[in-house]
Amino acid sequence: MGIKIVHYINQFYGGIGGEDKADYAPEKISGVKGPGMGLQAAFGDKATISSTIICGDSYFNENIDVATGVILEMIKEENPDVFIAGPAFNAGRYGVACGAVCKAVSESLNIPVVTGMYIENPGADMYKKNAYMIETTNSAAGMKDALAKVAALALKLGSGEAIGTPELEGYMARGVRRNIFCEDRGAKRAVDMLVQKLKGEKITTEYPMPTFDRVDPAEPVKDVRKAKIAIVSSGGPVPKGNPDHIESSSASKFGKYSIAGIDDLTPENGETAHGGYDPVYANQDLDRVIPVDILKEMEKSGEIGSLHDFYYSTVGNGTSVNNSKKFAAEIAKDLLAANVDAVILTST
Amino acid sequence: MVKEIERAGFPVVHMCTVVPISLTVGANRIIPTVAIPYPLGNPALTAVDEKELRRKLVKKALKALETPVTEQTVF
Repeated sequence: MGIKIVHYINQFYGGIGGEDKADYAPEKISGVKGPGMGLQAAFGDKATISSTIICGDSYFNENIDVATGVILEMIKEENPDVFIAGPAFNAGRYGVACGAVCKAVSESLNIPVVTGMYIENPGADMYKKNAYMIETTNSAAGMKDALAKVAALALKLGSGEAIGTPELEGYMARGVRRNIFCEDRGAKRAVDMLVQKLKGEKITTEYPMPTFDRVDPAEPVKDVRKAKIAIVSSGGPVPKGNPDHIESSSASKFGKYSIAGIDDLTPENGETAHGGYDPVYANQDLDRVIPVDILKEMEKSGEIGSLHDFYYSTVGNGTSVNNSKKFAAEIAKDLLAANVDAVILTST
Repeated sequence: MVKEIERAGFPVVHMCTVVPISLTVGANRIIPTVAIPYPLGNPALTAVDEKELRRKLVKKALKALETPVTEQTVF
């Protein structure tokens, strides 16, 4: 049967259901399911997906250790030659699950692993060093191309072929350096590069620097009883009816909403616009996403100085890092103008 | 968003359920919460208990905002 493969997918691709089934516990089924069919077609008779593991995205992310353990056992029983997860595109929880399982399989079972996702998926930064991670488009529109690359890499890994560079194979650089022989010595290559640069031509460095983008922790507030607190959320809380039509995914805007005179969020005055989690609980009581009721009580009792009259909200579902940065910069400007001292930011 | 708002000088406490993502995006003060669809609640509890749970989490968040940190900290 050639190379034996186990494939991991989420509840959506596993045909179990959407966000309402995101709490689905891990299950192993024999044979292929969903995108596994495309992989199997690409393998032909060179490899066989013996079984598929399906797990809900919320279940995995809320129980990372337990879920990883259970799934690891399922994979161990199969003893595959290669493990494949996803591809997850820009689905954040799915990407984290794919990455975390790949890491565990690679480290505990010493089985080669391949996954795929969009470069801004949080799972990419977290796990790209732990797996061959094919860089995909941000939506499943790129499924065909993603599966072709994942399948090609899996076949190479399963047959012990040498793996080419990230550019060649389409995976994200893992920070691994290998010695290679070059035609020209280093000094000549350096001078060539300098000449190219002087001519204004594009150069490719031989040693890309990692980018560290960290912000030092801000000074704490001295006394919250005197501080003005503001609420910001990526969980998509909005007034009932979503007046600004914030998109349920890939948000292009944020909203600023008054909570002056509102002491409690109810199904009548609030809901979520977020399309990446089951909205039932937030729509019943939006205080579950932004704690307006508690903060209003604390404002009255003096436990906080005051609560800013507005909250700021966007949908953090597949929303690009660039948009998020832009929203936050505008929000920060507004907070500054309102003399806010500190921020509670909630995410779903 | 956490990072960009903190860059402007505000202490930000990030209340979220998937702590590894919060660490990856660079939050400095992190409060782990209940579940993805209801970070600050729990529909399985009575209304009174649920509000008490939320109050505890918010208190923890306020405490975090008063706490000096030099690196990413999960409270």
